[in-house]
Amino acid sequence: MARFIFASAVYLLIGLIVILPVVLVFVMAFSHGLATALATFADPDALSAIRLTVIMTVLTVAINTVFGVMAAWTLSRFRFPGRGALIVLIELPLSVSPVVGGLVWLLVFGTQGWWGAALERWGYPVMFAPPGILLATVFVTFPYVTRTLMPVMIHNGREGEDAAVLLGAGLWQILWHVTLPGARLALLSGVLLTTARAMGEFGAVSVVSGHIPGLTETIPLHIETLYNGYQTVAAFTMAGLLAIMAMLVVTARTLIERRAGARGLIA
Amino acid sequence: MVTKTRLTRRGLLQATLAGGAALALRPTRAWAATGLLNVSYDPTRELYQDIDRSFSRFWAEGHGGAPVQIRTSHGGSGAQARSVLEGAPADIVTLGLAYDIDILAQNGLLATNWQTRLPHNSTPFTSTIVFLVRKGNPKNIHDWPDLIRDGVQVITPNPKTSGGARWNYLAAWGWALNQPGGSADSARAYLKKLFTHVPVLDTGARGATNSFVQRGLGDVLLAWEDEALLATREIGPDQFDIVVPPVTILAEPPVAVVDRNAQAHGTTEIAQAYVQYLFSDAGQKIGAKHYFRPVTPAILAENRDRFPAVHTFDIASLGGWTKVQKEHFADGGIFDSIYTK
Repeated sequence: MARFIFASAVYLLIGLIVILPVVLVFVMAFSHGLATALATFADPDALSAIRLTVIMTVLTVAINTVFGVMAAWTLSRFRFPGRGALIVLIELPLSVSPVVGGLVWLLVFGTQGWWGAALERWGYPVMFAPPGILLATVFVTFPYVTRTLMPVMIHNGREGEDAAVLLGAGLWQILWHVTLPGARLALLSGVLLTTARAMGEFGAVSVVSGHIPGLTETIPLHIETLYNGYQTVAAFTMAGLLAIMAMLVVTARTLIERRAGARGLIA
Repeated sequence: MVTKTRLTRRGLLQATLAGGAALALRPTRAWAATGLLNVSYDPTRELYQDIDRSFSRFWAEGHGGAPVQIRTSHGGSGAQARSVLEGAPADIVTLGLAYDIDILAQNGLLATNWQTRLPHNSTPFTSTIVFLVRKGNPKNIHDWPDLIRDGVQVITPNPKTSGGARWNYLAAWGWALNQPGGSADSARAYLKKLFTHVPVLDTGARGATNSFVQRGLGDVLLAWEDEALLATREIGPDQFDIVVPPVTILAEPPVAVVDRNAQAHGTTEIAQAYVQYLFSDAGQKIGAKHYFRPVTPAILAENRDRFPAVHTFDIASLGGWTKVQKEHFADGGIFDSIYTK
């Protein structure tokens, strides 16, 4: 009986907090019919926002996957002074407000900051341009790959790697043939988590973007601009698109984790 | 321990830089080919959408049909000025108040005498601050004292980030100051009371309008006249009434070419043409259509039904923006002292 009550409560909460808002997004998007909703994508600014979001997400995932793997490997295999501090630092973006993440880059690369004026003179503006958006997105999604990989790498232990060393394998061979295959599913899960977070990031990107329609607006920023411009249907259609993209990623992640769980690969 | 940490962070920085650099080339090139960027304040979205289209046609006719792409970004006036100061590549700024452009001039982005370079103090359209209330004015709000009655909730954005909010605040301040027996102390007491009636502080005027119009917060919105007219005529017809208080402020949102950016982008000529276009009859008519008061008397007269005569005082009567900004909105100024209870 208790189990039944708890389960109902959980379903009710999830229904109210998670499912209802998503349903409402689609209701609003299609409130004036399918044609009106689809007309959103005829706007070049909307297409630009979608393109920018995809490019930023792909680059962010690439960068954070490389660094996440390196960090997780280093932290799980070696004991060195400052290891604890390093783990805390890597997880810092999880606890710092994304707005702060954006402001920090502004301090470094803004024209009032350390390097901004010089970079601008050379014709490489970082802030209020895609490179700044990339920096901000990389910052907020930095911990995910490391965090999903590290426990699995620790769980897998280093016997396999030690054996590979004895057989004469080099560093890259060990990484490619021993370490990563053992943590493949965890890696994929971390990558997908990074993807979902990178697509949806608003706060940090908002600070460094300048909100220039057609140039530096990602999907979440474009949604805000549309909403503030009283283009409600277009705003919710873009929100619906973002929701679909996120749901695809989360579904992929769940399927992968289920496989991993079945094989006992995730501790 | 410290060195390890620092090494890793530097590594991160270098790598992200390398990634970013690969991408940096593309937007820069695209920019030079097409761009004119107007960094504007919040309630001008519809206005500049129209102006941009119209100017683009006008420019193409006079210059062999060469297309020109004008982009406009919007936000709270102070926040937008901050972005330009930090490097947002604005060729033109059209902000909510002169002080926000003064800041840019002080930092060398444009000449300090910018306000004398165009007619009417570089202000193509004026506006004023009015009250937007629910249909039928159920709380019976007609004048500034009504705002601090029990049970009245007032929506106004944050004067730290929003130009419109500073005009709202100063309209209230100027009214209180000019009451019989009014003084800086009585005005401060009035504003302190007023802000206890403000449930949310949005960062920009459009956010505040959304709070009032779409989210249904508050009984009265202190708003730009243009924003209030837009809300009553286009967003929610028959949902709102405009109340013009007996005395209010003359709001003068100015425009300027950002010399340094325009020179760097090679857009000085077209940027100047753009700001001059705002003062042309065509530009003035578009302004009136979007509820901004034209400065050209003939076009204002044509639109008298839309813009009733109001009794206003201007910013100069309060000592000008530099003085007002320092006294009221700087850190530790009067706004801080009344808002942090």
